[in-house]
Amino acid sequence: MTDSKYFTTTKKGEIFELKAELNSDKKEKKKEAVKKVIASMTVGKDVSALFPDVVNCMQTDNLELKKLVYLYLMNYAKSQPDMAIMAVNTFVKDCEDANPLIRALAVRTMGCIRVDKITEYLCEPLRKCLKDEDPYVRKTAAVCVAKLHDINAQLVEDQGFLDTLKDLISDSNPMVVANAVAALSEIAESHPNSNLLDLNPQSINKLLTALNECTEWGQIFILDCLANYTPRDDRESQSICERVTPRLSHANSAVVLSAVKVLMKFMEMLPKDLDYYGTLLKKLAPPLVTLLSAEPELQYVALRNINLIVQKRPEILKHEMKVFFVKYNDPIYVKLEKLDIMIRLASQANIAQVLAELKEYATEVDVDFVRKAVRAIGRCAIKVEQSAERCVSTLLDLIQTKVNYVVQEAIVVIKDIFRKYPNKYESVIATLCENLDSLDEPEARAAMIWIVGEYAERIDNADELLESFLEGFHDESTQVQLQLLTAIVKLFLKKPTETQELVQQVLSLATQDSDNPDLRDRGYIYWRLLSTDPVAAKEVVLAEKPLISEETDLIEPTLLEELICHIGTLASVYHKPPSAFVEGSRGVMHKRLPARTGSGESTESPDVGTAAGGSAPEAAPSIIPSQGDLLGDLLNLDMAPPTTSGPPPPTTGMQMGGMDLLGGGLDSLLGGDLGGSPAMGAGFGAAPAVMPASLNAPVGGGLGDLFDLGGGVGMPMGAYIPPKIVWLPAMKAKGLEISGTFARRAGVIQMELILTNKAMSIMTDFAIQFNRNSFGLAPAGPLQVLTPLGPNQTIEVSLPLSTVGPVMKMDPLNNLQVAVKNNIDVFYFSCQYPISMLFVEDGKMERQVFLATWKDIPNDNESQFQIKDCHLNSDAASSKLQGSNIFTIAKRTVEGQDMLYMSIKLSNGIWVLAELRVQAGNPNYTISLKCRAPEVSQCVFQCYEAVLKN
Amino acid sequence: MIGGLFIYNHKGEVLISRVYRDDIGRNAVDAFRVNVIHARQQVRSPVTNIARTSFFHVKRSNIWLAAVTKQNVNAAMVFEFLYKMCDVMTAYFGKISEENIKNNFVLIYELLDEILDFGYPQNSETGALKTFITQTGIKSQSKEEQSQITSQVTGQIGWRREGIKYRRNELFLDVLESVNLLMSPQGQVLSAHVSGRVVMKSYLSGMPECKFGMNDKIVIDKQGKGGASEEAAGKSGGGGGKQSIAIDDCTFHQCVRLSKFDAERSISFIPPDGECELMRYRTTKDIILPFRVIPLVREVGRTKLEVKVVIKSNFKPSLLAQKIEVRIPTPLNTSGVQVICMKGKAKYKASENAIVWKIKRMAGMKESQISAEIELLPTNDKKKWARPPISMNFEVPFAPSGLKVRYLKVFEPKLNYSDHDVIKWVRYIGRSGIYETRC
Repeated sequence: MTDSKYFTTTKKGEIFELKAELNSDKKEKKKEAVKKVIASMTVGKDVSALFPDVVNCMQTDNLELKKLVYLYLMNYAKSQPDMAIMAVNTFVKDCEDANPLIRALAVRTMGCIRVDKITEYLCEPLRKCLKDEDPYVRKTAAVCVAKLHDINAQLVEDQGFLDTLKDLISDSNPMVVANAVAALSEIAESHPNSNLLDLNPQSINKLLTALNECTEWGQIFILDCLANYTPRDDRESQSICERVTPRLSHANSAVVLSAVKVLMKFMEMLPKDLDYYGTLLKKLAPPLVTLLSAEPELQYVALRNINLIVQKRPEILKHEMKVFFVKYNDPIYVKLEKLDIMIRLASQANIAQVLAELKEYATEVDVDFVRKAVRAIGRCAIKVEQSAERCVSTLLDLIQTKVNYVVQEAIVVIKDIFRKYPNKYESVIATLCENLDSLDEPEARAAMIWIVGEYAERIDNADELLESFLEGFHDESTQVQLQLLTAIVKLFLKKPTETQELVQQVLSLATQDSDNPDLRDRGYIYWRLLSTDPVAAKEVVLAEKPLISEETDLIEPTLLEELICHIGTLASVYHKPPSAFVEGSRGVMHKRLPARTGSGESTESPDVGTAAGGSAPEAAPSIIPSQGDLLGDLLNLDMAPPTTSGPPPPTTGMQMGGMDLLGGGLDSLLGGDLGGSPAMGAGFGAAPAVMPASLNAPVGGGLGDLFDLGGGVGMPMGAYIPPKIVWLPAMKAKGLEISGTFARRAGVIQMELILTNKAMSIMTDFAIQFNRNSFGLAPAGPLQVLTPLGPNQTIEVSLPLSTVGPVMKMDPLNNLQVAVKNNIDVFYFSCQYPISMLFVEDGKMERQVFLATWKDIPNDNESQFQIKDCHLNSDAASSKLQGSNIFTIAKRTVEGQDMLYMSIKLSNGIWVLAELRVQAGNPNYTISLKCRAPEVSQCVFQCYEAVLKN
Repeated sequence: MIGGLFIYNHKGEVLISRVYRDDIGRNAVDAFRVNVIHARQQVRSPVTNIARTSFFHVKRSNIWLAAVTKQNVNAAMVFEFLYKMCDVMTAYFGKISEENIKNNFVLIYELLDEILDFGYPQNSETGALKTFITQTGIKSQSKEEQSQITSQVTGQIGWRREGIKYRRNELFLDVLESVNLLMSPQGQVLSAHVSGRVVMKSYLSGMPECKFGMNDKIVIDKQGKGGASEEAAGKSGGGGGKQSIAIDDCTFHQCVRLSKFDAERSISFIPPDGECELMRYRTTKDIILPFRVIPLVREVGRTKLEVKVVIKSNFKPSLLAQKIEVRIPTPLNTSGVQVICMKGKAKYKASENAIVWKIKRMAGMKESQISAEIELLPTNDKKKWARPPISMNFEVPFAPSGLKVRYLKVFEPKLNYSDHDVIKWVRYIGRSGIYETRC
């Protein structure tokens, strides 16, 4: 029989004809008609008009016809909810059928129909099916609970289906167990705090037993669920690992990857000196390599994951370089990923082989691949010092090919090689300069300009070269403009006599004709440096630069940890946390690797501690280097070394040095002008007078623009601001005392600090940095302490904050870890901010939306608190709360009790709904808070209390 | 989990569309067509994210299968499922083509309803599915049959039903290997590996317990230790020819008891009826490379290229290799080619930019040669010709990894046939995988 004919009916009046056929008495004709309907539905035609006629066909003994009608129902029931009710009876009847296949079919289909009335009727049959004697029905019912939960979570809880589902984990049939695990895991994802899965050693044991018996898909569900468990100690961890390792030999790659995930995670807990730890490491390599003989799409998934694994535990695959060699016929996405891993695995031992391969790749056809190969050669040079020379000569060979994109890519990487090995390979500059004209990409142009500026003294016609770039200054990208500015300043400092005109030209281009603030600011800084103290300028601009780091393109460690917990999933393919691409609350929960416990801990080397580590103490040292980056920017280091994360410890010292240098320079520069006056805005009026006549430029406004960030005092007061408290006592910070508070003024969150110098010496060079925190708070600008702080002096600063920084959940939620640096040392402290400063101004919810949202949030998320001893009436309370962006939406009075309904929106988009009950004459208020992220409730309640009582 | 599954023809017309989750709408169907099928560029990734919706796709001839989701699904599982879906469809109606899909669309919907529930893959073993989903409509089943079906679909041995009977108990083992090589122009092995499969076709009655043994180094060494005295005697007496091979890694069909393999390295299982891929393995040590390719390319001026390629067979003279094909790439600006070969036939195929040299049969320890003169059109293209590697295809009647089947024992305690009554056949075929020599 051929069904393709159903696809070819495109006549007019088709619906009418179908209607007639559907109502035909002949069974065969009916079936034909339904098939035609389904075919039309598939190609996207709207056949919903036939709803009643199709549903009429449902009452049939013909299973094939029935399935077709069900398929139709699933598609259109939502658009015709009233008519869909007609189907309920048949479903309920089918759920009682003697044939288990039909019972399961009915319950499976009913769960897919998202119509409230049908859902209500589903409960009873579902309850029966969950306890059906036939495993096929039970496994279908288990999934149906997840379906129902997706439609109406409340109903599932009220009906007690979750408990029944939990019972199914102990079912005798492995497939029922697997589906129950899948359903529970999914439901648990939308209730991050509920202990739904309740994993404990007993239930884990059950899962591990079922693992041996169920289908390949079931094994995946169970392994993925296991990965969420945190064993109590290393012994339990080891025993789970032992029972999971056999899965590494499964033919299904997904089973293997999920097993790898469990092992990678639980290994974290094993002491490194354990024999088993070594065995496990050895066992992981072969299956990972085997994944590369799978179909290309799976290879791609595997390679993306291997990329993570290699970063986390390079030892696993360090001897397997060859399997990552690119094959001529690999799809491009496989080739690019392999290349990435090759570089990560490159070491002194295998570098010769790797380079030979990379050279081959650089002659291939695909442009992206060739570029990446060229870049890889540069990365090898930086990573393996012994190979640098060979890499450079390979790159020169490639430049000789004159293939445009190869040349450009090569120049970009050679710039990095210069930065890694200064004064070693400069002999190649001449060759590079020959290719100046062919560079049309900003990155390559910027790299070339940097090289010319950096080595201006060795290039005879450096001024000509740079001048040629200057002609089209305004058409260049920002990157090139900034680089050109710096390069010409460098040139000027090296050859002042012949380039004065050039430097004036670029400075005026940058400061007057550009509307890019970065460029302008940098222009002014250079201008002033040059005009006030050329010696200092030389020290700053020509300072020795920190070497770039060896490891490049590493994923930031906390993200890496999270991604390791997501091995095999989309997150590991995208290299992004699930929250970056999943909507709603699902999967937003951040996963972390378990910390190591048990015996072996104390003997461990420190690097393990960091890898497994807790957040606070280890995270702190990384703060300061990135501050260094910020200042390094001025030192023209913005030609980012290809690293995205903070540089590793070895380079830290250098960067700090650079920072101090700049700090000193700035002080001597600005100190005079400002004369120690804390009121900055005023001090700058006189600034242009200091400029020498030769550089007569209207600088005043611009400079003010540069420094007026410190303002913002005296905004209208509305919101509640807690009193300042001491955060960092002088005892702990070598004489620096910091107290402060947080405030929200005109929509801007500010950290208001009082810095007091209780030491004997002057403090300068203040800088501040936050650790990642729950709401992504980060300083929106630098800490504006421009004058040195003398002994016994106090300065008030307010620091505007943004909420776009990196996020990590803290405990307590509103905890903030801060690092402050001055010329003496770096100090750390933590403080808690009132969450009310995150309440945004547009937090007033529509009434209708409020009602719907209130209903929609499950009751589990509701928390109740008492506010005692509050003597405001409801109106006063409402207006007081309004000042802090807590908006009253409606008020209702029931039997002398005022009920206020309020909404709050947090800066990260979380809504909190509140119901405040005020009884006249009773000083105790009751407040109920509902929120999709119930963790915030406690903090919000504290705010209520603070606002109402002050 | 998987939110929806779509099948398209090469034009991007939808042939099958099944939505499992509410967050996937009809617009997703169009998004994939516009952004992937109709995209001008080559496909840059099998996973595409369009407006927070992720699309996984595979292509079979000119049919696209796409799984869609908005969640953080297990990506490896989605691809494994798509492959499995292709296998199931092939098992039901043969080649995956637009015509076959249209002809069987009702069946496909029925299968999709069964093997994917709310986006969770369920039992996808064709053997089990065929017991209750058929192309010729549904048979009515007796009550016993029904419960047999459900227990098989959900059971521990989901791949085999009870009560199978054969008059003649027979099984066929095929050891199929593909040998992969990348060799430098100087004859240095850059990488070489064998990926092999053991395919079993069994026609056995009842629920037979099988045990498979091969010359796995770990097993042989262990046995050596176990029966120390006699083995030691055997070894000291000259080795006795008991060669074993080191297997880098192997994976098994889901019927194999993995925990038993992990603990004892023994391979025991109850096989599915008919054909199944019992095991896959990979070896890299001591591979027999059946052919060696020695290239010689000389550029004579700017418009001429001389190519000489020698192939040497490297196995027992009594064995015959078949279907030998050597593919020598030529530059894009080739204007004419003259070929002389001692054996077989050689032809320049302009459309493939290659000289294809075919030899029907060649015995071991032989040598053959081809030489060609390639005329080039002068071009002003600065870029040098990339010189793709010379590739080879062949088939040999042995396993290049050295793998030998030692035994396959069958036990069926409930029925009255023993291991000796089963007729067993073993065959070894070595084929070329990616067998390339750079020139």
